[in-house]
Amino acid sequence: MNAEQLIPFLASTASAATPLILAAVGELVTERSGVLNLGLEGMMLIGAVAGFAVTLATGQPGLGLAAAMAAAMGTALIFGVLTLTLQANQVATGLALTLFGIGLSAFVGRGLVGQTVDPLPHLHFPLLSDLPFFGPLLFRFDILVYGSVLLVVAVGWMLAYTRLGLVIRAVGESPFSANAIGYPVIALRYGTVLFGGAMAGLGGAYLSMALTPLWVEGMTAGRGWIALALVVFATWKPRGVLLGAYLFGGVTVLQFHAQGFGIAVPSEVLSMLPYLATIFVLVLICRNPKTILLNRPMSLGQNFRADA
Amino acid sequence: MDREPNPQEAEVPGAPDQVAAHPRLELLGITKVYPSVVANDRVSLRVMPGEIHAVLGENGAGKSTLMKIIYGVARPDAGEILWENHQVGIASPAAARKLGIGMVFQHFSLFETLTVAQNISLALDGRQSPARLAPRIRAVSEEYGLPVDPGRLVHSMSVGERQRVEIVRCLLQSPRLLIMDEPTSVLTPQAVLKLFESLRRLAAEGCSILYISHKLDEIQALCDRATVLRAGRVSGTANPKEETSRSLAELMIGKELPTCTLAPRVPGEVRLAVRNLSLATDDPFGTELRGIGLELCGGEILGIAGVSGNGQQEFLKALSGETPLADPGAVRIGAKDAGRLSPGERRALGLCFVPEERLGRGAVPELSLADNALLTGYVPAYDTGMLRHGLIQSGAVQSFARDVIARFKVKCGGERSQAGSLSGGNLQKFIVGRETSLSPKVMLLAQPTWGVDIGASMLIRQAIIDLRDQGVAVLVVSEELDELMMISDRIAVLAEGRLSRSIPVASASIDQIGVWMSGNFEQGPGDGATSPSRTGATGAVEHDPA
Amino acid sequence: MIRLEARTEASQKMMLASPLIAALAMLVTGSMLFVFLGQDPFHAFYVYFIKPASTVYGVGELLLKATPLTLCGVGLALGFRANVGNIGADGQLTMGAIAGGCVALYFPDVHAAWLLPLMLLAGALGGMAWAAIPALLRIRYNANEILVSLMLVYVAYLVLSYLVHGPLRDPEGFNFPQSRMFQDAALLPVLVHGLRVNAAFPLALVVVAAAWFFCDRTLAGFRMRVSGIAPAAAAYAGFSERRNVWLSFLISGALAGLAGVGEVAGPIGQLQPSVSTGYGFAAIIVAYVGRLHPLGVLLAALLMSLLYIGGESAQMELQMPSAITGLFQGLLLFYLLAADLFIYYRFKPRLKLAPPAVPVAEPGAPS
Repeated sequence: MNAEQLIPFLASTASAATPLILAAVGELVTERSGVLNLGLEGMMLIGAVAGFAVTLATGQPGLGLAAAMAAAMGTALIFGVLTLTLQANQVATGLALTLFGIGLSAFVGRGLVGQTVDPLPHLHFPLLSDLPFFGPLLFRFDILVYGSVLLVVAVGWMLAYTRLGLVIRAVGESPFSANAIGYPVIALRYGTVLFGGAMAGLGGAYLSMALTPLWVEGMTAGRGWIALALVVFATWKPRGVLLGAYLFGGVTVLQFHAQGFGIAVPSEVLSMLPYLATIFVLVLICRNPKTILLNRPMSLGQNFRADA
Repeated sequence: MDREPNPQEAEVPGAPDQVAAHPRLELLGITKVYPSVVANDRVSLRVMPGEIHAVLGENGAGKSTLMKIIYGVARPDAGEILWENHQVGIASPAAARKLGIGMVFQHFSLFETLTVAQNISLALDGRQSPARLAPRIRAVSEEYGLPVDPGRLVHSMSVGERQRVEIVRCLLQSPRLLIMDEPTSVLTPQAVLKLFESLRRLAAEGCSILYISHKLDEIQALCDRATVLRAGRVSGTANPKEETSRSLAELMIGKELPTCTLAPRVPGEVRLAVRNLSLATDDPFGTELRGIGLELCGGEILGIAGVSGNGQQEFLKALSGETPLADPGAVRIGAKDAGRLSPGERRALGLCFVPEERLGRGAVPELSLADNALLTGYVPAYDTGMLRHGLIQSGAVQSFARDVIARFKVKCGGERSQAGSLSGGNLQKFIVGRETSLSPKVMLLAQPTWGVDIGASMLIRQAIIDLRDQGVAVLVVSEELDELMMISDRIAVLAEGRLSRSIPVASASIDQIGVWMSGNFEQGPGDGATSPSRTGATGAVEHDPA
Repeated sequence: MIRLEARTEASQKMMLASPLIAALAMLVTGSMLFVFLGQDPFHAFYVYFIKPASTVYGVGELLLKATPLTLCGVGLALGFRANVGNIGADGQLTMGAIAGGCVALYFPDVHAAWLLPLMLLAGALGGMAWAAIPALLRIRYNANEILVSLMLVYVAYLVLSYLVHGPLRDPEGFNFPQSRMFQDAALLPVLVHGLRVNAAFPLALVVVAAAWFFCDRTLAGFRMRVSGIAPAAAAYAGFSERRNVWLSFLISGALAGLAGVGEVAGPIGQLQPSVSTGYGFAAIIVAYVGRLHPLGVLLAALLMSLLYIGGESAQMELQMPSAITGLFQGLLLFYLLAADLFIYYRFKPRLKLAPPAVPVAEPGAPS
């Protein structure tokens, strides 16, 4: 293995990690406020098809990304209404959202199969992008790769140091106490659910607009679920998401670089790696009950209703 | 703090209103209706500046609902609220705080994973950062004799300390009215006295205090006036210092507060023995148990006192089998080592248990009362006939449930009605009745009359005493010291995960118990007259001379 | 002003009615969708929902597709009642198909009567083994079983893909990724000549009856139910959480595995890269719409099966996209969740009481 093989491998790791980061950070904020949204896979697919379709129609990737976020937020809103206002079970509704998203995206995207768009342009930084080795390794990505890292930093800072972050954490621990003090728990949760939806949509759009500029039914291939596991792996802290997503990204793209690295294993086995890695990581993190008890938002998954 | 003239003596009826002070808070005809009950029925109330005003009533009388309305958490269906003689509508807790109303909740509204300063910042609408608040928190808390450290995480604090945080939070907003909802259930007797000092000081500075409680002796010690609620209505007002317990009780429930008497009895053989029970905890917010020991005989009631959060939950789970122990001999039921047995196996040895939480643990709210009878009645050793070859015999289940309902006067829609539709008192009666009807040899009860009205409480206490008279070994864990003093033969204290030795109730004093509750087991009452079967707690505990 | 008010008791009537309301809402939305696609709503409705089941062959197809949905759905319903999140039924189905298929492929020249029961047993065991993994990881390591079982679905798909591309590929199959066709003795007998519905359907009915008995009359079923509604009460009563988790996963895994071998020993007749059209996931919807009750699951499975064959019929006759089936399925579950609100809550106008007619006694006056 030499630098010529290593650089493309690491670079494609960053691309593979980006959709995971976007979706996982969005879900992290949602979960910190106490809401478990299992519909990530569905929302990502909605975002993917919406972004692709609008980019195809208008030629403007910016509009495509905006459409992806809006469309996913729309489905997140359905989830919000069902769980926050109509008190439906969060797990069941999340599953319903996934199934609905899979079905709706397949339906909307039926005419788009086989078409392509231009992938998101790679940025060029004067001087930096032309450096040997570090240039192609760090400074030639598209805007969402850098955006996802900034997102991690911003969300981490927000949760730890701002008033909004404090309120979100309080609501996630005890919505009843937050309500007793007078904070609008339901409105806040709507906000975090919509934010999670927007990020999931963005992550899905990255798949269809940058990673492989195509639309295929079910193209997320379980990434939404992996993002959910990432939130647990990160013990609900944004910097953990960054680390985990890059690890998973590396494992995911290994199958494409294995031949170059001289690994002789059936391709299906390599394709299994991300899923097996997810299981492994969950076992690792969850086996100490104290870790989960200390970090998991206490009201996660439980509905809240203010008394009259 | 405002400096206002001291309130005059109680108004003379008919005299012209020449007193300068107008009421700080006045409620006129407040009514609040819920689907199944009228919680407040045309309630009127008047609190003068600097007055400590009690709201007295048994569980379910409507006190909490009234406080929710004053604090803006709920809105009345009818009636008026006057603040400083102006009519106001209190739409939210933030609006209440703006008026100058502060509330210390019975079940605290604190966030365990945040620090004291962060909690207070949140409660003050977050406009001041935790860092800026910290020095003010320190200053105010010391000034009123309720010291707290702003940087501490709340989950590491005891319940008493958490209450101080709640009070300091209110004080930082210079309240003109402070509402305290059942504040002393989480305090040792000594801490109660300190609290009263702080409250009297506040009142002297002109702050009015609304003190919600059902404890007559505290109200008589602290309060200037009392409004008594009964079944949602005002049954009267009084000056507690001039009333007797009997007259106050009459206002509260229409008759004298009933008491129980225990006929003296020689205890039988040891039925439950705990030896050197130590248990580390997985839960970062839990309490570790250290070297607990006791012996419980048939025909006696051992009361375990202590403020919640000192290991009661963990102790009971170790006894019931919900938490398995490493040492099989740490718990013995009868002659058998039970430390590693499951709850079902311990029940087969004659153990029965009424847990603290009735909804979700003692009973399943979504299931019928009959199904809830099956919940623990299935154990074959109880011989209820509910189970045969693994199949449920619904006839036996239903008749058992009907029997419990009849004998314990459970008000419900029959054995098929859902457990969640019963009132707290009735559900508790059902659960106590179920466990009692399973012919226990050892009975454990946790907070048996918490949140239960007086009628049901008396029925439950009498059922406990009846068990004892039938020779059952009874263990009662309760925060209500008065209750334990009333129904126990012997009493011990659980503090910080350790158990004191037990002493006969007759020779126990409230002060002594209070000292033990703070974790200091060294001091003893000085008498050697303990019952023959003694507790043997390890650690720094005196061993009595025989 | 209207507000939501909690009922004192869950409404039994609404529990039965809400799946019907949800189905109705889905049909209405579906009709609007047909209009959106440029179809005459009534004709499209007929082609989609009525015509496919109006012939004998159509009924046979209805029952055929309902079989794996029922088997998986009953297993999932039992698990969901116990609050065990087995979302990986499709993976267990796949592994069951592989296991049963391997038995058939291992005995290519056997035509005895024991072959088929052995295949069914192998299928059930294969699904059970696959389901044992999330069960074990949850009990030993507290790993979230929803995520683990789901990850294993993708792994199972890849295992099947590997096998049919490699070791199990039919040497006379022109390099297509599929196994040899199973011999007749390895295929489930058809119920009626000319239809495709086979012996797996009556088996599914037996399973429904057995599950009903299990839930209603046995203590084991009661234990699972309590542990799903109130885990603290189950612990208090001495119901072992481990046992419930194992039971849930092993039963649902076995049933899904049975569904899987039923597919490859039935309409498919061989091992292919994909042996499930998402039955394991559709079964989740079937379980919820069926109110987690075995009989309800059967009825919901029939409805879901109708959606499947209606989709095929609409695709052929009206050139409507096949993806419409998935859309309907998702809508059905959404509507069910929305309609379930009325089981626990009702709408009530805000009360406005008149002020008291009688002046209230002055507070502070001696009582």
